[in-house]
Amino acid sequence: MLNTLTITQAHEKLKRKEFSAEELVRACLDTIEKKNLSLNAVTFNNGESALKKAKEIDRRGNFDHPLTGIPYLAKDVYCEKGVPTTACSHILSGKKGGKTYRPPYDSTTTKRLGGAGAISLGKTNTDEFTMGSSSESSCYGVTKNPHDVSRVAGGSSGGSAAAVAADLCLFALGTDTGGSIRLPASYCGCVGMRVTYGRTSRYGVMSMASSLDTIGALTKNVEDTATVLQTIAGHDPMDATTPNVPVPEYQKSLTGDIKGLRIGLPKEYFIDGMNSDVEHAVRSAVKILEGMGAKVTEISLPHTKYAVATYYVLCPCEVSSNMARYDGIRYGHSAKNAKSLAEYYETVRSEGFGDEVKRRIMIGTYALSAGYYDAYYRKAQKVRTLITKDFAEAFRSADVILSPVTPNVAFTIGAHDNDPVAMYLEDMFAIPQVMAGIPCISVPCGKSKEGLPIGLQIMGKQFDETTILNTAYSYVLATAEKRD
Amino acid sequence: MAQLTEEQVRHIAKLARLRLSDVEVQKFTKELCSIFGYIDMLNELDTEHVEPTAQITGLTNVMRRDEVHASEATTSELLACSPLPIIGDQIETHSAHG
Repeated sequence: MLNTLTITQAHEKLKRKEFSAEELVRACLDTIEKKNLSLNAVTFNNGESALKKAKEIDRRGNFDHPLTGIPYLAKDVYCEKGVPTTACSHILSGKKGGKTYRPPYDSTTTKRLGGAGAISLGKTNTDEFTMGSSSESSCYGVTKNPHDVSRVAGGSSGGSAAAVAADLCLFALGTDTGGSIRLPASYCGCVGMRVTYGRTSRYGVMSMASSLDTIGALTKNVEDTATVLQTIAGHDPMDATTPNVPVPEYQKSLTGDIKGLRIGLPKEYFIDGMNSDVEHAVRSAVKILEGMGAKVTEISLPHTKYAVATYYVLCPCEVSSNMARYDGIRYGHSAKNAKSLAEYYETVRSEGFGDEVKRRIMIGTYALSAGYYDAYYRKAQKVRTLITKDFAEAFRSADVILSPVTPNVAFTIGAHDNDPVAMYLEDMFAIPQVMAGIPCISVPCGKSKEGLPIGLQIMGKQFDETTILNTAYSYVLATAEKRD
Repeated sequence: MAQLTEEQVRHIAKLARLRLSDVEVQKFTKELCSIFGYIDMLNELDTEHVEPTAQITGLTNVMRRDEVHASEATTSELLACSPLPIIGDQIETHSAHG
């Protein structure tokens, strides 16, 4: 059961040579073999290469870095040289014709992890090009929730969340554009942090909405989130949107002391119609933190209700631009029998993209077309400013803001098939933060009556990941003591 | 603005280089109307004197030294990703003129 260990536990044991990196990798691969048929979390198994790397690492025998020999999975949008990376889309899968995309370079994040000795086991399932909240739009089919396989794992990093929750790996990489790390972390009961926009490099990760995309990890506990972030955070010359700000020592920020911490509770995040188990779990978590010396005040983020509408302008506009590169010429799917270049583009893109991608491309194309730019994109950018100001105002009287990650627990597969707006609203509590570019974390805070995980969301100021990590850590510490 | 016609959806699809069947046109018209109907709530807000946000951490004019660095991927590796025939260092595509 080595695969059930946390990064911290495995690191100590690797260092003491209680087991080898190869044994650890084998434990994960065996579990993938056993569980993936029912979960559909892993879309490409890179086991052979992982075992080779593990043996090399064992030969060297140096486990000083906390990630050396630690096996992980990467969402299917992280480029790894020579490894099939397809965004769970037939436009890159090669399964409908053309070529499977094997990137000729590495993303900065997988490169940094590889440099530290972490071992990639392969790729995890996601909504196509990360567009979704349920992993249902993947061209490889939906990822099932390990707590109830009739329900979604959430999305878009659903494969990563399910893989971590079911111990297929020790941690997994995800991306969060509009909640895509936090929502599945909440649904599957693992820890998932969205970093400040630009804290981690987006280089080599397939873009969805470039002004909102962030790179991060899903882990089994808060300490592990800190460990992975330490390795992947920081300025990257290959991504001009990563500012050159210092990276603090995240482990040191985990003191368990939150005396005097000012917690803001936004009234807009506790609404009629939300799942009462979710509300109860989050309010109980707040009480626990209050008992540890935090001061709780109700605050208001008045533009909260406009965030989803803002997102569904900005995101599809940027999608329509980013998806333009998938033209069947440089990589991926190709079409036969086209009579002209225009026909070739149309055939490739119509065969290659799924419905959600097409939908967003069309929303964006319309919103950016002549005469509508001011009414939609520019308008949404202005509302983005208003939402950001809400947070700036709130953070004058609060150090962190607490809320649920989502109003509900994991929903049944297919529940939102015919209603895209209902699907978009699953992210209503996870989208305002992305407008403001602030960091936020989902940490498990109990279960619903039917036994489904609930996530507590902790938001902080830009580049202040340390405070939200410590708040999450303190909460877990207090509840663990209670259980003992 | 929330009421998109099927004709408009066909036009948008053409601009986006997507080919839609008649059934798809009907489906997407309905969905896009519903989504733009929802988005219309932004018009409740007076934003006349609000500055738009394009870059959220306040970065402007990010510069680098004017130096050439070799890419990790070589020309031949990049070309090898293409599903189309390669001639020399070029990808053979259909003619843009039909």
